[in-house]
Amino acid sequence: MSDIKVVIDNKEVLVPSGSTILDATKKAGVHVPTLCHLDLHDTKMVNQAASCRVCVVEVDGRRNLAPSCATPATNGMVVRTNSMRVLEARKTVLELLISDHPKDCLSCAKAGECELQDLAERCGLRQIGITGDAQSTYKKDITRSLIRDMDKCIMCRRCETMCNTVQEVGALSGINRGFNAVISPAFELPMGETVCTHCGQCVAVCPTGALTENDATWEVVQALADPEKVVVVQTAPAVRVAIGEEFGREPGSIVTGQMVTALRQLGFDHVFDTDFAADLTILEEGTELLGRLEAFLGGDAKALPILTSCCPAWVNFIESQFPELIDIPSTAKSPQQMFGAIAKTYFAEKLNIPREKMVVVSVMPCLAKKYEATRKEFSVDGNPDIDIVISTRELGQLIKHANIELTALEETEFDNPLGMSTGAGVIFGTTGGVIEAAVRTAYEVYTKKPLPKIDFEELRGFEGVRVAAVDVDGLMLNIGIAHGLGNARALLTEVRDGNPRNLHAIEVMACPGGCIGGAGQPYHHGNSDIIKKRQAAIYQIDKDMPIRKSHENPAITEIYEAYLGKPMGELSHKLLHTHYHIKDKV
Amino acid sequence: MANYTMHMLVCSGTGCKSAESDLITANLEKYVAEANMTDEVQVLKTGCFGFCEKGPVVKILPDNTFYVQVTPDDAEEIVNEHIIKGRKVERLLFVDPKTEKMVSDSKKMDFYKKQLRIALRNCGLIDPDNIDEYIARDGYHALGMALTEMTPQDVIKVVKDSGLRGRGGGGFPTGLKWEIASKNDADQKYVVCNADEGDPGAFMDRSILEGDPHSVVEAMAICGYSMGATIGKVYIRAEYPLAIKRLEKAIEDAREYGLLGKDIMGTGFDFDIELTFGAGAFVCGEETALIHSMEGERGEPTTKPPFPAESGYWGKPTNVNNVETFANVPVILLKGADWFSSIGSEKSKGTKVFALAGKINNVGLIEVPMGTTLREVIYDIGGGIKDGKKFKAVQTGGPSGGCLTVDDLDTPIDYENLIAKGSMMGSGGMIVMDEDDCMPAVAKFYLEFTEEESCGKCTPCRVGTKRLSELLELITDGKGKMEHLDELKRLSRVIKDTALCGLGQTAPNPVLSTMEAFWDEYIAHIKDGRCPAGQCTNLLQYIISEAKCVGCTACVRVCPTNAITGTVKKPHVIDQAKCIKCGACYDKCKFEAISKQ
Amino acid sequence: MAKIKSFEELKKIKDQVQSKVGLREKGENIDNLIQIRVAMATCGIASGAREIMNYMIDEMTSQGIENAVVTQTGCMGYCYAEPTIEVTTPGKEPVIYGDVTKEKAKEIIDEHVIKGELVDGIIPMTHKTIDQ
Repeated sequence: MSDIKVVIDNKEVLVPSGSTILDATKKAGVHVPTLCHLDLHDTKMVNQAASCRVCVVEVDGRRNLAPSCATPATNGMVVRTNSMRVLEARKTVLELLISDHPKDCLSCAKAGECELQDLAERCGLRQIGITGDAQSTYKKDITRSLIRDMDKCIMCRRCETMCNTVQEVGALSGINRGFNAVISPAFELPMGETVCTHCGQCVAVCPTGALTENDATWEVVQALADPEKVVVVQTAPAVRVAIGEEFGREPGSIVTGQMVTALRQLGFDHVFDTDFAADLTILEEGTELLGRLEAFLGGDAKALPILTSCCPAWVNFIESQFPELIDIPSTAKSPQQMFGAIAKTYFAEKLNIPREKMVVVSVMPCLAKKYEATRKEFSVDGNPDIDIVISTRELGQLIKHANIELTALEETEFDNPLGMSTGAGVIFGTTGGVIEAAVRTAYEVYTKKPLPKIDFEELRGFEGVRVAAVDVDGLMLNIGIAHGLGNARALLTEVRDGNPRNLHAIEVMACPGGCIGGAGQPYHHGNSDIIKKRQAAIYQIDKDMPIRKSHENPAITEIYEAYLGKPMGELSHKLLHTHYHIKDKV
Repeated sequence: MANYTMHMLVCSGTGCKSAESDLITANLEKYVAEANMTDEVQVLKTGCFGFCEKGPVVKILPDNTFYVQVTPDDAEEIVNEHIIKGRKVERLLFVDPKTEKMVSDSKKMDFYKKQLRIALRNCGLIDPDNIDEYIARDGYHALGMALTEMTPQDVIKVVKDSGLRGRGGGGFPTGLKWEIASKNDADQKYVVCNADEGDPGAFMDRSILEGDPHSVVEAMAICGYSMGATIGKVYIRAEYPLAIKRLEKAIEDAREYGLLGKDIMGTGFDFDIELTFGAGAFVCGEETALIHSMEGERGEPTTKPPFPAESGYWGKPTNVNNVETFANVPVILLKGADWFSSIGSEKSKGTKVFALAGKINNVGLIEVPMGTTLREVIYDIGGGIKDGKKFKAVQTGGPSGGCLTVDDLDTPIDYENLIAKGSMMGSGGMIVMDEDDCMPAVAKFYLEFTEEESCGKCTPCRVGTKRLSELLELITDGKGKMEHLDELKRLSRVIKDTALCGLGQTAPNPVLSTMEAFWDEYIAHIKDGRCPAGQCTNLLQYIISEAKCVGCTACVRVCPTNAITGTVKKPHVIDQAKCIKCGACYDKCKFEAISKQ
Repeated sequence: MAKIKSFEELKKIKDQVQSKVGLREKGENIDNLIQIRVAMATCGIASGAREIMNYMIDEMTSQGIENAVVTQTGCMGYCYAEPTIEVTTPGKEPVIYGDVTKEKAKEIIDEHVIKGELVDGIIPMTHKTIDQ
């Protein structure tokens, strides 16, 4: 496409045709403030509602002001971003927004991260010159994973775009008219009664405190303070490459050791690693894969494909959206739940305490994990395998509460035995990682030969849907990978309609980028490079690990020998596998 | 074989139907049959005559006798007198309020004299349920001509040359719109008819669809031919059941005749029409919102560009015109661009249909050439202000328009002039206000409307219109301050400048135009705590004049809050703390002892 | 309804149905037309007014007379001379014929309506027409 010439505040710039005025202002080095606009190029997430009207600019020859985020630049266009007219409009629009916004910033979950707050600060707003005082109010909606406080909604529509266009879940849309317009599930049902998968990506993109996680930090503090309880913590792979951001470290900083030290200082009795459970997952899921592969090669066409089942939002998605495919996912529990099941049996027995005395806390990059932990099948006589789930952000809060400066800490190691893991366990944190870990083990178990090359580059990347053939010593395994539920829908629809690409195994992660882009991670504020840097860090950790295949993890070998027996054996089946329920929801 | 020598046309529009016009028709048929005249006298239902003020209307042709405010009981007398005895039923004739003389011939009524009916050409003349009657009026001839004698470009050229502009509000040149849509290539294109008429008090489009549905069907097919579309969609509000019924019948009959469907008139051109029902959201009259609503999405506008002509219904090139615009098209093709462009003003060609409402004698539907002055519309056609009151203002363009005043009475009505006066053509609502109307309260009324009808998408409209109406509430409640006027101005300015769609961009017009023309009234509310029109109840006091009160106690008996006290035959007093300003005492007093202040 | 297969067919249909609204269209322009009013009260009908009226309509249609309109009225008060018809040429006083037969009717059409010449059988006016 040819370039077009645009004049921004008397400065001439060339931009490709098809660019918006906002693109042109960036090229001109002019920073026009935006609010509703969000463009995560790599994940199809472009919110162009142009609803907030904060980014309006003056265009010569145009009657009214133009929203720069959604107005195409045209050749010869002359734009002014800082005229009196623009400044008055922007200030007034901001005043209008704030006039209908609760003023409880001090106690808001989004304080310090709120884009509306930033904007007010940037525009130097010192008073709200709007007389009217009506406030739109709505009932708070609280699920296990998140809280919808629509009083704080500014109708930016990011959550709606995320839920409908990117995730294709369709749980959220605009309702009501005028002043009472708001985003809501159908029929204003509570989110928990809808097709909501708890992926929490709406929270990840909400600019204000309208959508936040259901905070569980205080429960953790209480558990830690209880002398009767043994408090065990596990941390998911994606947490260690993101928690540093909460303490001012560059995105992609690896702070595993410091995080472990901080957890210990917080008072956790045992600091374990979800990566251990990830290795365990590979043994179970890998064995299941090989069994189903054998059946498939033996003529049972329905034995494959197998779908990964680590991601709880993904499980919710298939349960409500693809009931006809409910038998395809692996029956292996997610690493979080495997960890909980092992902690409250094997490890509790080791400590010689009843499961009720043990509190298992998960630190997850994810909000759906909060929901997953409450699923009925993951508890024994009402005592859940996982007691409390907090997000990466909440862990950051906890550490700050305890007056600990993470970046200044010594590095220490996870405790044993549930802290020992491999490179295969850590790559669970990124899209493509689970299937790569599975292939590393399946290859060696199936062929009984060592892998010629551990890195499966063909499975890595950031494309929404990736398909690759992996050569397992002559047997070509067709692998499908999707991240983001919209991409998963595309792949699943393909499978449902006859699986033309003959996929044998499919990995799905609900969040863009996988767990590194989870809704419990530090806010990316629209910068998708942050997610990519976390991905690089994950692969770096893998590369630096002495052991990189799950089946070579000595702690895994030990637990099978000492306790579980063999993968897919009787006890493994009881503790480490699950089943799915069709959900009929709106 | 019937040889009709007399036709009795009974208005069967929504207004007259609600006044039992169907029963009038049935009774007329009954008495005609009793008189054994069914072969000579045809009784039939037509669309709206426009003279709704005096409905139900029965018109007898060919002598043009125009009976008004007819009841079902009058049917017998009409048949016996007019048909059998040849005498007019004088008590049912229209009496000109100016001359106080009976006018029998509708053509001689002031209401009709200055009208020129193009879009309404068949309304009140044909039976809308009878396709043959439409064909008899050259119906589908424009389509036949277009398909057999003209290229699509020829059709577009005629429409362009005619100067026809969108009658839905914006006034965009129709031919140009068609041309843009025709130039965007796609495997499928759509013609959409916007029948989501939402202005309070407006019923132009409804009346056309009820009275002459085929004109719209034909025009949509012509449009489809010109731009290469084979599917037409009518987005019509579900609150228009009669219009829907008539339109559905028209589409069905046109299909039966092969005037819709495959291979129309053997020319190889395919075109068919489907209806989509709207839920009555005002904003869905905005074309992008309308398209989203048709797609099953929330009815809310999106930023243009892309325009529907590039990416509309299901992302395909789509041409959206409103009902009245379409209704003009067949006759333009038949009579030619020159004929049409000879009517109207320099930049606004043809006629415009208006719905006259408010404090005007002849409430109803009228069609006048562009360039007709407000004075002609209000005083000649509209018969002046009700009860001899003084004209104060007229709101054109519905809630998006502005108030025009006495100073504007001689302004020729066209798109440009109305915008220059801070109002707009809109879809053609005209609400007339008299001296008793309080202008800040009028502005408040319109803002409350837009506030409720805003889709809530963009900030200026969602929050801004709410704040405007809150400010107006304060002012009309007597709690206004002078700085509120500055705030009204600033908010209005910014909302106009930043709102996403036409609804928000025009929402402040009623505020700005009333502030401009009736600044004194705003000041009176704020500085003097007084409502000059005596409408704002919080600024009102009912006072009993000691001199005039005879102590009859009538007021005491009607007062619902026992605010009035006094002994018989002595002057009474109103306790202002208890008074709720209902005005019951004021209406009751026979001695003019109670006054509003 | 049969499908219309060409523009020509549409035009033909129009010619067939024209009469449906022709009378109404004439009403729009009535002041410029010759109006023929047939007295169609009971007395008139009893004396054959209906046949006369139908005959005149058919005759005028077959002769293609466009500038006249046949309509009906009530009793004109000449019960002794029924059927009676009133012919009003624009700008002229109405003329009433009594005891109209088919032959007389044809004569009225041929002479009065077409050529504007009065024929025998005129009754002197004693009443006001419906428009006055």
